[in-house]
Amino acid sequence: MANLIKEKFSEGDSFLHKLDPRVKIIVALLFSAIVAVTDRYTPLWGDLLLAAGLIIIAKLKIREVILRLLVVNSFILLLWIMLPFTFSGEKIYILDSLGVSREGIKYAFLLTIKSNSIILVGIALLSTSSIYNLVHALLHLYLPDKLVQLSFFSYRYIHTIHSEYIRLNNALKVRGFKAQTNFHTYKTYAYLIGMMLVRSYDRSKRVYNAMLCRGFKGKFWTLNHFSFNKSDFIGGIVMISCIIGLMLF
Amino acid sequence: MKEKEPIIKLVDLSFAYPYRDYVFNKLNFNFYQGDRIGLLGPNGSGKTTLFQLIMGLLKPNGGKIEIFGKKRRTENDFIEVREKIGLLFQDPDDQLFSPTVAEDIAFGPLNLRKSNQETKKILKDTLELLGLSNFEDRITYNLSYGEKRLVSMATVWAMQPKILLLDEPVTWLDEKTIAKMIQILNNNPYLSYIIISHDKKFLKETTNCIYLMDNGKINKI
Repeated sequence: MANLIKEKFSEGDSFLHKLDPRVKIIVALLFSAIVAVTDRYTPLWGDLLLAAGLIIIAKLKIREVILRLLVVNSFILLLWIMLPFTFSGEKIYILDSLGVSREGIKYAFLLTIKSNSIILVGIALLSTSSIYNLVHALLHLYLPDKLVQLSFFSYRYIHTIHSEYIRLNNALKVRGFKAQTNFHTYKTYAYLIGMMLVRSYDRSKRVYNAMLCRGFKGKFWTLNHFSFNKSDFIGGIVMISCIIGLMLF
Repeated sequence: MKEKEPIIKLVDLSFAYPYRDYVFNKLNFNFYQGDRIGLLGPNGSGKTTLFQLIMGLLKPNGGKIEIFGKKRRTENDFIEVREKIGLLFQDPDDQLFSPTVAEDIAFGPLNLRKSNQETKKILKDTLELLGLSNFEDRITYNLSYGEKRLVSMATVWAMQPKILLLDEPVTWLDEKTIAKMIQILNNNPYLSYIIISHDKKFLKETTNCIYLMDNGKINKI
């Protein structure tokens, strides 16, 4: 969460950081779509390798990347708990009355590779642009204004709510609040959450008013236009060829 | 210097927040080109509310608002008002919403449909004027409070407004930054403004008359 808000990965000067965000969005989208529908191991291993390669090209801190992957994989762990027992197919192990199916394990494994590849490409390509640049890129890709604003404001207000939370939490701490298993703690947390929502709602209204006062009429104008140059073109073509090439294996 | 007609004219203005007593009951107030007014008043006397009514962010329960010689009632009426009057919010965190200082300052001029070149020039000039050069790529939420205040001022300034409404512009600022604010305001004699502040010394140096707001009335002191 904190990483997402601080856009930690967006600072850097690797080739991928400099690449036109429009190219990155298109490549990431294509990659995700193809990986999602591929069911064979050879191309999937290739895709995972490609994703890892992109992370290396982006020169990101491996430790931070792994920390982020852990968060995603904690959800995938749930699949590993569910799928092997619920999938029909050849049983390779009987646990009490539950059978562990080979197909279930295979499927869970496939999903693990797929989701990790997609997340890695997302980190390498999308996190390496600032949210503002991504928003601009979406506008330049002719996505509807409303949709783009919706995503920008969601991002923006997650940050607002998060900072309200920190502020309120500090106010609790400095008055000696310690979370315990008692009614006082539950009540305090309920107040905290309620207050957080009300406050962020109020703040979002004030931010919107401030925008109106500066002539906002529902459209974002961009200051820095992207210039699509030769290296963007080559970079895009190389990545897209790799993705399509892998599909043919 | 004063023209005959006031540029902001409030006639019998009444306003109350839901379920609460009137903040203003039949308030009359005129603001003329060239006026530099300081507005004092106890907490909760409605100073900020007055600014929000002028900008059309709150709608009055009764009375008339005339700005630039035209009656202002609907949301559309206030678009022109907002483009020509700059409101500096009390809390800079409300004003700054873009990730970088440059993007935030450019937001207003771009909304006014200035070209990118013009906007970049305005951006450079504004930053220079407020002593914020090199701040362009700073992340807005990592700025210190004083810096946020100055950047908020820059975002309003970049709209090149005719009138400024400044809501507590120097609260919690250090002396050096206050001195800078005073200098900026006094170096631009063509500006008209209303400043809400509790800092009487600051008001004396920047305004030519001071009003007191209390019990829903505004009186010259």
